[in-house]
Amino acid sequence: MITLIDGLSLGSIYALIALGYTMVYGIAKMLNFAHGDIIMVGAYAIMVTLAATVSPIAAIIAAIVICTILGILVEKLAYKPLRGASPLAVLITAIGVSYFLQGLAQLVFGSQPKPVGSAWKLPAIKAINDIGITTSAAVTLICGIIIMVALTLFIKYTKTGSAMLAVSEDRGAAILMGVNVNKIISITFAIGSALAAFAGMFYLFQIPNTEPTLGAMPGITAFTAAVIGGIGSIPGAMVGGVLLGVIEKFCLASPLAPYTVAIKFSLLIVILLVKPTGLLGKVVREKV
Amino acid sequence: MSDIMLKTENLGITFGGLKAAQDVNIEIKKKQLYGLIGPNGAGKTTIFNLLTGVYKPTSGKFYLDGEDLTGKKQEAINRRGIARTFQNIRLFNNMTVVRNVMVGLHNNPEFKCNPFVSAFRLPRHFKVEKAMRERAKELLRIFDLEDERNSLACNLPYGKQRKLEIARALATNPKLLLLDEPAAGMNPQETEELMDTIRFINKEFDLTILLIEHDMKLVGGICEELTVLNFGKVLSEGETKVVLNDPEVIKAYIGD
Repeated sequence: MITLIDGLSLGSIYALIALGYTMVYGIAKMLNFAHGDIIMVGAYAIMVTLAATVSPIAAIIAAIVICTILGILVEKLAYKPLRGASPLAVLITAIGVSYFLQGLAQLVFGSQPKPVGSAWKLPAIKAINDIGITTSAAVTLICGIIIMVALTLFIKYTKTGSAMLAVSEDRGAAILMGVNVNKIISITFAIGSALAAFAGMFYLFQIPNTEPTLGAMPGITAFTAAVIGGIGSIPGAMVGGVLLGVIEKFCLASPLAPYTVAIKFSLLIVILLVKPTGLLGKVVREKV
Repeated sequence: MSDIMLKTENLGITFGGLKAAQDVNIEIKKKQLYGLIGPNGAGKTTIFNLLTGVYKPTSGKFYLDGEDLTGKKQEAINRRGIARTFQNIRLFNNMTVVRNVMVGLHNNPEFKCNPFVSAFRLPRHFKVEKAMRERAKELLRIFDLEDERNSLACNLPYGKQRKLEIARALATNPKLLLLDEPAAGMNPQETEELMDTIRFINKEFDLTILLIEHDMKLVGGICEELTVLNFGKVLSEGETKVVLNDPEVIKAYIGD
């Protein structure tokens, strides 16, 4: 039971990151491999703000604002000039942006892990701590659910959300209906990066250290989750993320612990063999 | 103010060595129902793609209501007042019928609402959503689609999908509506209904309509004037009755 809660909580972190991958893929048709590093930037933003203000609230707000702006900037500077270029060029650029952000963090903060600071702590909640559930797991899980519900409502029931769905389905037709695709792509990057900031924040509750490569492993795991769920599919990213989180925690609690990473990624291979479009992915019919 | 809605001046485009459209001059009066016909591959859809900014013309210019729109971006052209439908239907299939129309209403200044307001679900968000939905419903009523508004677009029968495309284009509040083979694949009765609907929106919305069609009955029935294209060039133009009896046109369609 406790392992399950831990798993769901880790899973909601993965799901938040996976949503960023999947939304950007759905709308801009590109894999944003720098997405994991946005989490890292968010973590450093929390650390720096915390050192300056000692206020966790200020730190959280700073992280969200900085990540959102960074997401929009990366898109404008690195990806937008390549709109219409071959997917491979965009992919390589994304990997470049990823290394750039990691390098920049190393330059500024050094390569050693740094503690985020003692002010970054959740209060103990006796009722749930006594049965073995950590406060961070509970907070992550609840916030994760709220964020995902809010995002689903946003996508389904707002005009911006409709425009996003329209662009992801048929960009050409959406443009001809007057949808400003550049704006929609910017909004998508902004939302994805804000979600990454949340993920960074929850991650720091579990492991209170920042380092330049912090985003790499959660990033690649969440990418796997997005593909397992069916890349481009929003519920798919949620399902994939939660699934991987639960599997990871159960593996760690079993004698298979040393093989956790191997098991996580083998799952991807198995699922792609059985259902190449991912669990909730759409079957794309080739036009003859 | 002149009474010309659309004017093209020697409009043309070449793909490599292929002249897909060449020196096309069309003049459409306001509120006119104008036809664009021609054999397969004559360049009709190419003209639509030029007029909506999908292709940039390699020569010539076009004006909407006196304003030069040559070389403008697609969404800018749509905002200035040209909307279209597609020869092969391109609806947002996994969205509901009413949402498809609401995407068309996206840019209407009446429904301005920034994403932050929507994200935090402030009262304005609900007001705007409701107003948009009402407007979308009104449009759907014209096309007799109101009852299907909550089904997915892909689940509509073919004829209704065609109608929904027109409704969605109409939602962008155009001055000029381009219909690319609206009756393709429809049975005679559906075509008849469609003719009535096209006439109705033409009158009701003071809309100028340019339509591509293969169905001669439809063209003859509703278009006042038309242009015939062949091999990317204007073969004949003028009043429908006269043009359809032009020996050159008959030759292009049927052969010698």
